[in-house]
Amino acid sequence: MISLRAYDAIVIGGGPAGLPAAIELASCGAKVAMIDREDRLGGQLTKQTHMFFGSQSQRAGTRGVDIAGILAKEALEKGVEVYLGATVLGYYDDRVIAVEKDERFIKMKATAYVVATGASEKMLAFPNNDLPGVYGAGAIQTLMNVHGVMPGKRALMVGAGNIGLIISYQLVQAGVEVAAIVEAAPRIGGYWVHASKVRRLGIPVLTSHTVTQVHGTDAVERVTVARVDDSWSPVPGTERDFDVDVVGLAVGLSPLTELLWQAGCAMRFVPALGGHVPVRNENLETSVDGLFVAGDVAGVEEASSAMLEGRLAGLAAALKLGRGSVTGVMKAMEEARLELESLRAGPVGDKIRKGLEALAREAMAS
Amino acid sequence: MIENTGVATKEDLAQVEPSLERREKGPVAVFECFQEIPCNPCYTSCRVGAVEEFKDINDLPHVDHDRCTGCGVCISHCPGLAIFVVDQSHQDYAVVRVPYEFLPVPSEGQEVDALDREGNVVCRARVRKVQNAKSQDKTLVVWLEVPHEAAMTARNFRVVKDR
Amino acid sequence: MRITHHPILEFQRGRKVRFTFDGREMEGYEGEPIAAALHAAGVRVLRHSPKLNRPRGFFCAIGNCSSCLMKVDGVPNVRVCVERLREGMQVQTQVGKGDLLESV
Repeated sequence: MISLRAYDAIVIGGGPAGLPAAIELASCGAKVAMIDREDRLGGQLTKQTHMFFGSQSQRAGTRGVDIAGILAKEALEKGVEVYLGATVLGYYDDRVIAVEKDERFIKMKATAYVVATGASEKMLAFPNNDLPGVYGAGAIQTLMNVHGVMPGKRALMVGAGNIGLIISYQLVQAGVEVAAIVEAAPRIGGYWVHASKVRRLGIPVLTSHTVTQVHGTDAVERVTVARVDDSWSPVPGTERDFDVDVVGLAVGLSPLTELLWQAGCAMRFVPALGGHVPVRNENLETSVDGLFVAGDVAGVEEASSAMLEGRLAGLAAALKLGRGSVTGVMKAMEEARLELESLRAGPVGDKIRKGLEALAREAMAS
Repeated sequence: MIENTGVATKEDLAQVEPSLERREKGPVAVFECFQEIPCNPCYTSCRVGAVEEFKDINDLPHVDHDRCTGCGVCISHCPGLAIFVVDQSHQDYAVVRVPYEFLPVPSEGQEVDALDREGNVVCRARVRKVQNAKSQDKTLVVWLEVPHEAAMTARNFRVVKDR
Repeated sequence: MRITHHPILEFQRGRKVRFTFDGREMEGYEGEPIAAALHAAGVRVLRHSPKLNRPRGFFCAIGNCSSCLMKVDGVPNVRVCVERLREGMQVQTQVGKGDLLESV
């Protein structure tokens, strides 16, 4: 028989959302386990060489990779029990999860859960998109910034959101040439400061352009891009070729919600949040009692807000468990909510605000 | 337009550039930040109070160019690497300080190609100084000596081999 | 194509180990994903797709996508983007679906 390991709270995902959740829970005196399938804590933070935006309380000006180290250290110091290289395989009716680690199964149970599984990259359809040399942009980042290996010599990036812009800059830092960034929308989706950084390096950003085809026998050798019209269709005669051996796809993320579906969380489809996302209250508790969400799994946004959501979800879970001082926890929750609101208050928060409003409407409607 | 190109227009720049008169008095920061994003390390890093306090974290920064001493601390604290310091108080050349996070690191006295906001070569530049203090956390600040005409266009540089 | 110097990052690598790829002797660092070691050695084709026999390589890097399935020490369908390299591993290009019984 497989023994059952019991905790007050289990945090699934040790990235920018999960780490603060676990830290808050442990600070309130809860017995916390944190599970991550990677061999290191930090999630996507471990790949970020740039300084973060936001304010001092959100560690603005610190590089993502360093924030990962700071948060991981804090979680361990607070006594969070960390399972690395461990994958949660299923969530069962009686609040039990099955975890695979080192080719063995572990059964765990908790009163509260924080699911912070993040998101996965979207794919783009074009001929030869399966050739070696076409990568998810995040894979390029992992290869370069975690494993110290160059993806190739010359790259073309698809997508001028923050991910496409940042990874293009990181490619140059790693010594890889970037031929161009193409973006199907007429405007740059990422922060303009990130765009200006890559432009100063001489990298063109071709808005209203897309990849139409990749060429090569065993791997990418060349890529054709074309201008797109108002209906997103390539305009014949506008094709241009670039000799590259790397094509990075930074065309959006989808929340990794499998466990939430399994747990029976009410879900709604909200395109502005990246796809199907869980219905939740202002404390990030889903329709399943005691199951909280934080970060990209709750709606694709960015790491600073993920950290704040993690904090809020962790605190709310602690409150639910009756851990920590009620007034102290509630005050900290209010602070986190206000900080989140202010991060999202500006023009760049428009999409997420609208997405959250749409989710609330959808949830009310049924 | 910057939202399509990533490159600030003349009109954008006119909003943020210190006057020539101010630049001729000595070093002064140029904040090339045009989008309201949630970010304020320029304000928190300024030691002389030249950056106005943010009412909302999404506000654009406002710099008092007369109060700014051109110390350049903000350059390596700006997560967007959007701050430069320009000094046109010298007779023969202007000094432009730019953030730099690449290799190779140039040596002082070395000649490099100064680049504009689109990465085009504007002129040759002499590296006057390379700042790499621990507090800068690997965002180097490189001082470029360029002709006065390039003071407001040179915003990056490239180390050219075999020179 | 290893990154030897980086303006921001320092890479902590394990000890050097030897392994084989389709019988060829190769070197990598212990504990890094097998795919990283292959990539550093210039190997980009990791398998051929079961139906159309198309070359497939490294795509997601986090064990999500199944583009990088290879045969490792006789076991097929190993996700080499997350499987750690060890001394003496025998890594082979996988063709087709891979026969589990063959490895028993």
